[in-house]
Amino acid sequence: MPLNLFEQFQRIANAYFLFLLVLQVIPQISSLSWFTTVVPLVLVLTVTAAKDATDDIVSKRVFFLCGKWMNVQVGDIIKLENNQFVTADLMLLSSSEPLNLVYIETAELDGETNLKVRQALTVTGDLGEDVEKLADFNGEVRCEPPNNRLDRFMGTLTYAGQKYPLDNEKVLLRGCTLRNTQWCFGLVLFGGPETKLMQNCGKTTFKRTSIDRLMNVLVLCIFGFLAFMCTVLAIGNCFWELNEGSNFTAFLPRQDGNEATFSAFLAFWSYVIILNTVVPISLYVSVEIIRLGNSFYIDWDGKMYHAANDTPAEARTTTLNEELGQIQYVFSDKTGTLTQNIMTFNKCSVNGKSYGESGNDQNKVDFSFNSLADPRFVFHDHSLVEAVKLENPEVHAFFRLLALCHTVMAEEKREGELFYLAQSPDEGALVTAARNFGFVFRSRTPDSVSIVEMGRQRSYELLAILDFNNVRKRMSVIVRSPEGKLSLYCKGADTIIYERLHRSCSKLMDVTTEHLNEFAGEGLRTLALAYKDLDEEYFNGWKRRHHEVSTSLDGREGKLDELYEEIEKDLLLLGATAVEDKLQDGVPQTIELLSKAHIKIWVLTGDKQETAENIGYSCNLLREEMNEVFVVSGNSPEDVRQELRSEVSPIGKCFPSHPIHFFVLIRGSELAFLRLACLCKAVICCRVTPLQKAQVVELVKKHKQAVTLAIGDGANDVSMIKAAHIGVGISGQEGMQAVLSSDYSFAQFRFLQRLLLVHGRWSYLRMCKFLRYFFYKNFTFTFVHFWYAFFCGFSAQTVYDEWFITLYNLVYTALPVLGMSLFDQDVNDAWSFQHPQLYVPGQLNLYFSKKAFFKCALHSCYSSLVLFFIPYAAVHDTVRDDGKDVADYQSFALLTQTCLLFAVTIQLGFEMSYWTAVNTFFVLGSLAMYFAVTFTMYSDGMFLTLPSAFPFIGTGRNSLNQPNIWLTILLTSILCVLPVVTYRFLFIQLCPTINDKVQVRQAKATPPPPPRRTRIRRTSSRRSGYAFSHAQGYGDLVTSGRFLRRPALPRSSGFSHAGRTTTSFSPMGRSAGYSPTGRPQNAKVSDVEVTSLQMYKTIRDPAL
Amino acid sequence: MGKEGGCGQNKTMVKQEQELANRPDNTAFTQQRLPAWQPMLSAGIVIPGFVIIGLAFIGIGVALFITSKNIQVMEMDYTGFEPDSDCFKCSNPEEKNCVCQLDFNISSRFEGPVFFYYGLSNYFQNYRRYGVSKDDAQLSGDLDNFKSPSDTCSPYDTDGIKPIVPCGSIANSMFNDTFLLYREVNGTNELVPLDGKGIAWWTDYNVKYRNPNVTPLKEAFEGTVKPLFWPRPAYELDTSDPNNNGFINQDFLVWMRRAALPDFRKLYRRIAQGDYARGLPAGNYSLKIAYNYPVLSFQGRKKVVFSNVSWMGGRNDFLGIAYLVIGSMCVFMSIVMLIVYAKFKFPEED
Repeated sequence: MPLNLFEQFQRIANAYFLFLLVLQVIPQISSLSWFTTVVPLVLVLTVTAAKDATDDIVSKRVFFLCGKWMNVQVGDIIKLENNQFVTADLMLLSSSEPLNLVYIETAELDGETNLKVRQALTVTGDLGEDVEKLADFNGEVRCEPPNNRLDRFMGTLTYAGQKYPLDNEKVLLRGCTLRNTQWCFGLVLFGGPETKLMQNCGKTTFKRTSIDRLMNVLVLCIFGFLAFMCTVLAIGNCFWELNEGSNFTAFLPRQDGNEATFSAFLAFWSYVIILNTVVPISLYVSVEIIRLGNSFYIDWDGKMYHAANDTPAEARTTTLNEELGQIQYVFSDKTGTLTQNIMTFNKCSVNGKSYGESGNDQNKVDFSFNSLADPRFVFHDHSLVEAVKLENPEVHAFFRLLALCHTVMAEEKREGELFYLAQSPDEGALVTAARNFGFVFRSRTPDSVSIVEMGRQRSYELLAILDFNNVRKRMSVIVRSPEGKLSLYCKGADTIIYERLHRSCSKLMDVTTEHLNEFAGEGLRTLALAYKDLDEEYFNGWKRRHHEVSTSLDGREGKLDELYEEIEKDLLLLGATAVEDKLQDGVPQTIELLSKAHIKIWVLTGDKQETAENIGYSCNLLREEMNEVFVVSGNSPEDVRQELRSEVSPIGKCFPSHPIHFFVLIRGSELAFLRLACLCKAVICCRVTPLQKAQVVELVKKHKQAVTLAIGDGANDVSMIKAAHIGVGISGQEGMQAVLSSDYSFAQFRFLQRLLLVHGRWSYLRMCKFLRYFFYKNFTFTFVHFWYAFFCGFSAQTVYDEWFITLYNLVYTALPVLGMSLFDQDVNDAWSFQHPQLYVPGQLNLYFSKKAFFKCALHSCYSSLVLFFIPYAAVHDTVRDDGKDVADYQSFALLTQTCLLFAVTIQLGFEMSYWTAVNTFFVLGSLAMYFAVTFTMYSDGMFLTLPSAFPFIGTGRNSLNQPNIWLTILLTSILCVLPVVTYRFLFIQLCPTINDKVQVRQAKATPPPPPRRTRIRRTSSRRSGYAFSHAQGYGDLVTSGRFLRRPALPRSSGFSHAGRTTTSFSPMGRSAGYSPTGRPQNAKVSDVEVTSLQMYKTIRDPAL
Repeated sequence: MGKEGGCGQNKTMVKQEQELANRPDNTAFTQQRLPAWQPMLSAGIVIPGFVIIGLAFIGIGVALFITSKNIQVMEMDYTGFEPDSDCFKCSNPEEKNCVCQLDFNISSRFEGPVFFYYGLSNYFQNYRRYGVSKDDAQLSGDLDNFKSPSDTCSPYDTDGIKPIVPCGSIANSMFNDTFLLYREVNGTNELVPLDGKGIAWWTDYNVKYRNPNVTPLKEAFEGTVKPLFWPRPAYELDTSDPNNNGFINQDFLVWMRRAALPDFRKLYRRIAQGDYARGLPAGNYSLKIAYNYPVLSFQGRKKVVFSNVSWMGGRNDFLGIAYLVIGSMCVFMSIVMLIVYAKFKFPEED
């Protein structure tokens, strides 16, 4: 507790009040009794200490949560089990899986959803799970110092006299999750802050809101103003002493040697004490209380509670609320935030027939005929099952392809209980679909694939896998059926497949294209499927050449591609699949609403461009009317700079006056793109590392002076969550990293709209109203002293009773304004959603700014003039109705303070737009309290107890029974608010704000129309929803008996391999932005398509 | 919350309810749905409101103004600033026990009860250090503080040897001019009786100020000296009424209730006895002033005021005029608002 006090006095504000207290005990200066400062100071310190104490308890709870991993040290060996979260950087020693493989999911780390493989060194893998041996493991690891490169690791292990190289493939980074692996052992290389993840986390900085910063500036200004007022009054005092005071010595003798200048000096400090209420001590503590209250509303909000995982929203920081009402940029992670990270096989087109209707739970397809079906799989279109049961050959071929053409591995722990280890969730979804429709992929060996076809076990000989990569955008398998028939099955991006189709398919192509458009329009990820039967002789020749090329040393990649091209042609189209990367509920609606509120949404993801773009479309971030899609994808800083330079100017020429709708996809490291990006409607940054996410946020923060919010769920989002003004974590999931470093957390992305448009807007509104009113009431209070100085010889005589000064802020006016700041709402939540534009004033800082503050001060100045001079004129030179004089100091003090209290209370009434019973009680209660306290303080009993503390005895009784006192109170109250009402009324009539309009509508039309939650339909001209969360390198693993001879490529080399070394900026219409058929598509879509093609040219020409 | 759940899920919701420990309470308070009155500054309220307030104010203003005009006030400066005034001779501070006379005429009857005030200008009773220069404990009769007055009284706490009672600047500077009012009746001056009882607040002479519980009062003041400027000690302030002495002397109490503003008047006497209960008849009057109180050194002024009162107290034109002006402005503004509303009101449908 004493420590807490010490800390509190370190706060400048509190130290200032301590200083005031010191001033007050100097008798020459003390213009106020000590209690006027002590009582508020003690109260404020108590409240702050209580709040600090609760904060401490909360943070201790969090600390306890983290405690388990505290004791892990470098060099420890740790056992991890399936689905466990890796919390240190580990060198993999051994694993339960064959060949010392482990599967990990890195979604937390980089947002990629596919499983990745890590393999231990054989020499350590042999240790197995023998704890004795592991404990005796005596090796030495030399590696690079801690750094933030997630895709690179270099080191050597010296063990038993031999050196082994270590790279990224042997290392499990903190933030990964172990999947499909029973157990593994790892040696801790880096722990705690040295882990790569934490190196990416950025610094934890103490966040303050822009209102806080503005308030600090204003408080400084107020101090300046205070000094100014005190100087004016001190000079006044000096002159008064020279002209009047020196003559008045008969009645008021001077102390020896007290010159006018010295008197002025004392007066300066005396006025510092009296006028200190311009910087009210209760300001900061009231602000804290309001924020705390508004934070509780977030915690309590039933509409931000997610029942599925019993997770309520949580305001983890209670000091940032009003900033939620000022957000201009939202930076969102993709995986786990926008998406659920679940892929579902949703629709398909087989032989020109489209299957898959969205339906409700009642008409689920019953897969009970198939004992191997996955019970979690849901499909709604019964006709597809019928087609399978009727042995429709195309449908069978379709599912056979899905069951054969993939790199999934099956695990059958018990008979009939299949688990698929898919490198990408898309692939898993497709194979699972085939499984449920009766084509169950059961097991594979390097050269065979066993499937159960409609109950019959069949084994296909696997002759080749023509693997997937980012250029090919397709994969094929060549298999020999049990009957001996040779076939090539191929699946891939529709545009790629269409180029390789046999001419006979053109009719089917047209129909399928329509279906693909439909699927893509719904934001589904599509793949086209095709096959061809192979000639035995031809294949043998091809196989020979393939073997030669595979073993050749130079130009192997290119030659292989050529070979693949050669065999993958004249394919026959089977159909297309549509996989849904399931968005979280309400994501498109939320994004639409937020963009209507002029909030710019940037998606920052570590994932690939295609997936990012696809999600961009499906979640409504990218829309059809954004007909320019720009990709900045240079690999070197120079390239990017050039791209950015070359792009900005032509846009300026082409569209001088129109808003520019396009988005930028960023690949690469240099992020000097802000200028371009800020012209864009939507921005998606792919392949960004966690630290780069933070850099993007910092960039916007720094150069746009905008208020930013970052939302994410994984450890890879921590850095941007920390960097942004507001960090939001998605809670209720496995990882806690993002939540722990966030300021707010909730379970679903869609709650963001409520957090911003309702809680944020209200918090901002309330805080601004509070500040405006608070400054108003304190300035008014203080300025009256200033005016009085001119009539009391600048002697620092207070106008009011000292008890009134003590209690004004704490008792008489505290609760009404707190009530307003906790309950006020200009329009209710439903209307806030109905009119997202209501959010804009917050972004523009309209409600509280220097200008608004200045207006407040002027208003106070007016009110204080009224409050001083009306009572002055009303009682000056007049008497009571019993002939006694009325202008004595105590009666005048009572009159002025009563006028003041009425005036500020009525003013509050006009500020408040939402009168709950509590508000009414607070307002009336405070007035009643004032009279009760005043009459008590002025009573005989109080005086007799402490004569010197309650000198105002009898003033209440003797003054408040006078009609002209009440007439004066009425006059001042009305005169204070009349101009305000007039001004506001005329303002509403002449230039109404959006709030005024909505308020009127709200008053007229209750209840508001319910928010529409229809699924957003797009008339899509997007040709392909192709996206595949797939990396190269898995096919080799499957076919080669020697698993993982060739390691899965690390990410950095991943895209240099991909061949996308585009150095000039390429305005691609879309990832596959042309019609391969060359025919017009259906009429509704076609004109959009034409426009986009035109645009494509418009942009391209100047670039050439 | 209700909407989100939807009807179809009601059954499951109920079932889940018990398991969901973290579900926030669904109360109007936590969900910020407290019923509330949402007033708006609509034309239908503001314009009639202005008219009503305006008319009411004009009504009050007229009443106040007429009342105020009917109150009779007579003010006379007797500082002796002008050489032709009788009190000029007394304005020299060297002059002791100076008496001057102020003659005046009342043309029509001055309705009773008439109050007799003395007024001081440019006199800063509200100066802070002046205001604190007293000892509350002493004034409430605490004998300890008779012996050692509080520091706040400095420099009027002791005369160097003995403590001053009552101490402090306020008491020391007590107004000590005295007045006798004569009416000229048939060539002779008839003394108008002045009533000095009950001119201070009841709470002041019954609660706030108390003499020490010593009889005779004089003994309490043993070992103290009177304030330097006082002609007589506190226990001899009123020679005619022994109960009006010490700290509960009415003139003393009136003085001790310090004025808020540098120009003030304080009640001196009431004229409500005998023939004068109904007022001062028309005629010639003369006021005999024992001129003791020096004000010229600080450019102060002294005056006497005769006034009667009404239900609203003394004469004060300001309040009536202010009500009239503001009332008229309200009415005027309501017309302006009506015009603006009719011409510019924003289209509510868009």
